[in-house]
Amino acid sequence: MPTAPLTACHECDLLLQPVALTLPGSRAHCPRCGARLYSFHRDRLEKILALTLAALVLLLTANLYPIVGLNIQGNYTETTVIGAVRHLWQDGREALGGLVLLTTVLMPAIELGAVLWLVLPLWQGRRSPAFAPVFRAFRLAHPWAMVEVFILGVLVSLVKLAHLADVLPGPAIWCFGGLMLLLAALAGLLDGHTLWQAWDEAHPDDGAKPA
Amino acid sequence: MSRRHTAASQGLAVCEVCGQLASLEQHEHCPRCQAPLHLRKPDSLARTWALMLAAYVLYLPANLLPIMETRSPFGTQHDTIMSGVVVLWDTGSWELALVVFCASIVLPMLKLFSLTYLLLSVHRGSHRNTRQRARLYRLLELIGRWSMLDVYVVTLLVALVQVQSLAIISPGPGVVAFGAVVVLSMLATMAFDPRLIWDRAVPQTVPSDTSAASAEEHRHA
Ligand SMILES: [Zn+2]
Ligand SMILES: [Zn+2]
Repeated sequence: MPTAPLTACHECDLLLQPVALTLPGSRAHCPRCGARLYSFHRDRLEKILALTLAALVLLLTANLYPIVGLNIQGNYTETTVIGAVRHLWQDGREALGGLVLLTTVLMPAIELGAVLWLVLPLWQGRRSPAFAPVFRAFRLAHPWAMVEVFILGVLVSLVKLAHLADVLPGPAIWCFGGLMLLLAALAGLLDGHTLWQAWDEAHPDDGAKPA
Repeated sequence: MSRRHTAASQGLAVCEVCGQLASLEQHEHCPRCQAPLHLRKPDSLARTWALMLAAYVLYLPANLLPIMETRSPFGTQHDTIMSGVVVLWDTGSWELALVVFCASIVLPMLKLFSLTYLLLSVHRGSHRNTRQRARLYRLLELIGRWSMLDVYVVTLLVALVQVQSLAIISPGPGVVAFGAVVVLSMLATMAFDPRLIWDRAVPQTVPSDTSAASAEEHRHA
């Protein structure tokens, strides 16, 4: 059996001989620093695709419906994420609005779109064009997608408003909640090692160079 | 291989984008994805220091300036991060007050102090507690984002409470500074190269036990 080429731990630079994982859900850790290296999952690309598509649908619906409705003595207001951002923007708070838009809508959208772009052709055994730049975009967007923090922010806002007025949780809360769970599941399945290994195995016929 | 080596000690660089190992003598760019190759993140320490010091500077206005103003017929009320926590505590949700206190006050400070400690230990060339420091760095990558909590709360309250006759909430200058602290400290954490923790520590802590198989298998529930 030919040995796999050496790799190095991305967190401590130790040279490692990769081992073949056989148990579904098992994960290799660096013996020196404990960093997560790679994991093994059955039908991984299919699972990633299914989760990504579902997450994209939830992200879209989460932005169409209001998150919170508020009834203050007969004055009813409700807001979507985009609506809240537009409000800040019109108020001259572009930096704040931009930060919220970026971390709750744009970055998750870029991350999910990039995963779809990379994985759909790999699943068919092909390499997508511009694989490396899109992979970079995925890696760049990932830490800035903060859906789970936003959910907690909605919860805190609900409690703060509850003693001022009648608060009505909007449908978007459940969409964001589901999105949070899907993104967490995706993070467990996706790693650079897997994607590039699939890229190595895919046919290089179209888009031969990743750059 | 009877002894373990680092990639750098063999003249090999790990591609930052795709993880490919490549000899620096033969390649300037990754043979797989064409990204430029470096042994370590370029200027990691200088960039981490600069971003972190900027975050320290903004930490004061972030906590002292009001993050939210509430105008009502009874007058104008200014809320800082801390007074927001106190109000939440008083209005009956001490659990949530504790969560906000941790996310907005404890975490940013803990994060900046930990990063300072990591930087100083690398400068001192320390080879103690390497594994703990590596774990601390991974923790920092995980927790930094939670400090964005108050930015979201202010945004939602501002959008919802706009009743002329009762109360109008608008964002205060503190919240922009606060968002900047979170972003800068996340950028600082990303600029830091965790391999620097291990570079001085090679002789002491490279496990010299065994064979080719060097990754442990963990069963995940
Ligand atoms: Zn390691
Ligand atoms: Zn590469």
